[in-house]
Formats: sequence, C-alpha cells, structure tokens
Amino acid sequence: MASLRKNSRRLLWTEARDGYLFILPWILGFIIFTAGPMLASLYISFTRWEMVTPSVWVGPAQYVKLFNDDRFWLSLYNTSYYVFIGVPLHLFMALLAALAVNLNLRGIRFFRTAYYVPSLTPVVANSILWVWIFHPNWGLANAFLQWIGLEGLYWLQDPRLAKPALIVMSFWSIGGQMVILLAGLKGIPVELYEAASIDGANWWGRFWRITLPLLTPALFFNLIIAIIGAFQVFTQAYIMTEGGPNYSTLFYLLYLFRAAFENFRMGYASAMAWVLFIIVLLFTILQFALSDRWVFYEGDLRR
Amino acid sequence: MQTLRSRAAIEVLLAGFWYLTLSAFALVLALPLVWLLSTSLKTGSQTFLMPPKWIPEPIVWSNYSEAFKAVAFHEYFWNTARIVIFATTGTLLTASLAAYAFARLRFPLREPLFLLVLSTIMLPSIVTLIPTFIVFRTLGWIDTFLPLIVPLWFGGGAFNIFLFRQFFMTIPLELDEAARIDGASNLRIYWGVILPLSKPVLATIAVFAFIHNWNDFFEPLIYLQSPENWTMAIGLRGFRGLYSTEWNLMMAASTAMIAPLLVLFFFAQRYFVSGIQMSGLAGR
Repeated sequence: MASLRKNSRRLLWTEARDGYLFILPWILGFIIFTAGPMLASLYISFTRWEMVTPSVWVGPAQYVKLFNDDRFWLSLYNTSYYVFIGVPLHLFMALLAALAVNLNLRGIRFFRTAYYVPSLTPVVANSILWVWIFHPNWGLANAFLQWIGLEGLYWLQDPRLAKPALIVMSFWSIGGQMVILLAGLKGIPVELYEAASIDGANWWGRFWRITLPLLTPALFFNLIIAIIGAFQVFTQAYIMTEGGPNYSTLFYLLYLFRAAFENFRMGYASAMAWVLFIIVLLFTILQFALSDRWVFYEGDLRR
Repeated sequence: MQTLRSRAAIEVLLAGFWYLTLSAFALVLALPLVWLLSTSLKTGSQTFLMPPKWIPEPIVWSNYSEAFKAVAFHEYFWNTARIVIFATTGTLLTASLAAYAFARLRFPLREPLFLLVLSTIMLPSIVTLIPTFIVFRTLGWIDTFLPLIVPLWFGGGAFNIFLFRQFFMTIPLELDEAARIDGASNLRIYWGVILPLSKPVLATIAVFAFIHNWNDFFEPLIYLQSPENWTMAIGLRGFRGLYSTEWNLMMAASTAMIAPLLVLFFFAQRYFVSGIQMSGLAGR
C-alpha cells in the first residue's frame, strides 16, 4: 500500500516534470520574445536613442513630446477612423455573407468558395492590384462609375477619399471572417429552430431570438481579433499611398515604422508602441467587460 | 391543393431570388481577380483604355516571362520556401509539444500558464518589435533568415498551441493510459500515440503556417535587406518600385504570387475548412 502511494507520487512528479519540459520552449520564447522585449521597450521608451549614439535617459519627457506631436494625433485619428468605421462594416458584411452561404440551396458550396477565395490574396499583391483598380484614368472602379453614368473619382489621390477607399478594398476579403461565422452558424442546434417553428416563430423571429444570440460568441471573437489587427494596419498604406495624400493615410504603425526604421528614433518609436499597446489593451478589456451584456454562451442555458 | 401549389411556386421564386443575389455578389467579388488576370495578359497600350477591354487582344503570355526575367522571382521563391520549411517545422514540433502538456499532463500552474498563452494571442506584436530587432541586430542576424525562423522554434505561436490543444482534447485519454501501463514515457506517448493520430491538425497548421510565411510583409521588410535574401512579398514590392507604370507586368507578377496559394487551397481545401472550424471554437 505504502509503495503504491509512493509509486503514484513518483508518477505525479514525473508528469509535472515532463509537463514543464514540454512547455519549456514556449516559456523560453515567452521570456525571450515577449516579456523581455516588452519590458525592454518600456525602458527604451524613456530614453533618447538613435542607435549610433549611446542612449540618453529622458524620462517621461518622451511621452510629453509624443503627446505634443500633431502627427502622432493625426496618425491616431487615421487609425481610429479605419478601426471604428472599417471593422464594424467589415464584420456586418461578413455576417450577411455568412447568412447567405448558410442557405440550404443546391450548389451553395460553389458560392462559399467564391466568397472565400479573395481573402487568400497576399496583402502585397492585394495592395498592388487595388492601386490599379483605383487608378483615376484607367482603373476598374472608375470604369464602373462611368458605366453607371457617374464621374470618376480620385480615390487614392484625394485626402477625403483615401481612407474610405482602403475600407472599401477591405470588403473584398470578408471571406476569412465569413467562414468563421459560418462555422458558428453550423454549430447552432437544429432542434432550436424546429421548436421555434412549432411555436410559430417566423424567419425574423428565429433570426433575432436564436441565430443572432447564439452567434454572438463568434462575433465577439472576430471583433476582438479584427480590432487588434486593424489598429496595426500598415502594408496597404505603405505600398499604396505611402501615408498620403496629405498624410490622410498616415496610420499609427506607418508613423511608428518611419520613426524606428527610417529615422532610427528608437526611444520615440518605443513610446509609440507602448501607447498603442495600452490603447489596444484598454479596448480589449472594455470589450470583455461589455461582453456580458451581449455575448451569449450556451453554457448559460444550463446554469 | 391550391395553397400547396402556390406555396411551391413561392419557393421556386424565392430560390431564384437567392441564386440571383448570390451570383451578383459572386460576380462583384470575382471582378478584381478577372481584372488582374486580364490586365496581366494585355499589351502595354491596351492597359490604357477607357472603358477597359476585358478580353486582351492579342493575349500576351510573354508578360509573365518578362516579369520573371526582370526580377529574380525564382530566388525569392526559393528564399520563401526555405523560410517556410524551417519555420513550419519549428512551429509543428514545439507548439504540439506544449499543447500536449497543456492537454494531457497535470502540473502545477497549468491553468494560469495556459491563460497566459491565450492572452498573448491578443498582444499587439508591435510592442515587442523594437527590442527584438535590437537583439537580432546585436547577434548579427539582420539580413539573414534567422529572425524569421528561430522565434517559431520557441512555442510556435500561441494560437497554434491553442489549436493543437483543442484537437488533442478530442483524443480518448484511454489511449495514453494503455500506453503508460505498457511502460511508455510521456515523450513516447506524444510521439508514438498522439502525433500519429493528429495528422489532420498537423496538416491544417502546416497549411496556415505556409500561408502566413508566404504573405508576411512586415517582418521580412524589417529583417531582410539585400535583394538576394528577399521573399516573394518583398520582391513584389521591389518590382513595383521598378515598373510602377507597367501595369500588365505588375499584374503578371502579382498573379504569380497569388497563384500558388489558390493551387494550395484547391488541393488542401478540407484542411482550410477544419482549421477555420477549430479557430471558430475560440469564440466559445
């Protein structure tokens, strides 16, 4: 009996040891590539450092300088515009598409594939393609406008239109979110719909009382990931507009990239990185806090 | 009888309406790709027509060979392939190992540590960028593939750990126990029992890792400087710098970057679907 207990204790110890051994690469990675650099960038953000010269401690003055930088606020405004107008619209379109390709029709798989494929295009190829689509003289977008009898627009050359143009372009790749939402729709138990039909609920009632509530976890997940991604929008602006015209697409990450890798102001760029981190963190916390009010987990039913 | 027939008629009409709507939307989404392909086969002067001609006349296949001659795309392809292979191997090995521990082994602080893994999914990578860059620069790794490969040998990305764990949870625990009674170590169980049963998730993560490395722009932009080390994404950007008004050549080069992904998608479609379904589980 005693030896059995000793044996099982030894087994538990082996299990714990192996557990830590197996996650060791991740732990090291977390320390070397996440926690360490985060602390380091916090430290660097309080220094003035141009890489070639030794770093100088400037303290909170760095952040005072940042908050007095008009271009910093402009880049924050541009990014917020992209996040808070682009992400909800994008998610709404993806939801519509997911509902459409969830219809019980013959050949619906073809439409699923057709809607998904554009989201596979690499962002660089995508950006180059859309510069051509938005070309004021020979582009597809203006060809369409002229075809329906409207004047062509200077999409990427007009400071008022450049951000909306990038948002329109993002609609082309709703496929990724669509498929995640579709998986959510497929996960809704059919019995719920059957019960509701017996109770005489119409399509709208079923959508509003069953589909939407049970889809909120997938919507929530998509919203969180999409907002974090959109705050870091970069490549489109870097390749298509280079932040222009008149800085209208100078997004946060583009400004940070220029500070760090074109002007080598590592301290300033680190301060920018930390400000963005705090903003994203606050938004994520806020969303989790608000999620109680609108996200519905099936487990709640059983409680 | 009357109502039955009218009901059937309504259903046919409704189906017709849906097919029309779905097709119209599909057409809108297909147009940019058709436009890409069409432009890539035009002569230079034909790209400058308004309204545009959809079918190139003549069809200029040589745009492709010209684009490939102008820039060393075969080298970029080879570079990308090497990064993909080494990065993906690291991802598959270390992420699955960690996920196995989180899914099957009991050890102190397992739950809080796994929460930490999950929370790093939501970490904006920008906050670690500058110090990481400085470390790699100090190590002399700038302009090598190492910054794009080595980090993935340390856990392989939090999201992949999550996906692996999600899959491992569906494998019956009895299999582990049977092997353990036969005296197998945890490492043996992981390698000999769990991994052979996990081919679908391995394939899924490999496919997504391939796509990620193929598409990634920001990191190669920062770490790879000399043209002989460029990846496809950086090479395409460089191509745009050289041929900014030759839209037919640029569209040919873009097509060359998109096409392998489409081919992969059509051959590995089911891994895409299962991967997305699993990531959809994250919402639960």
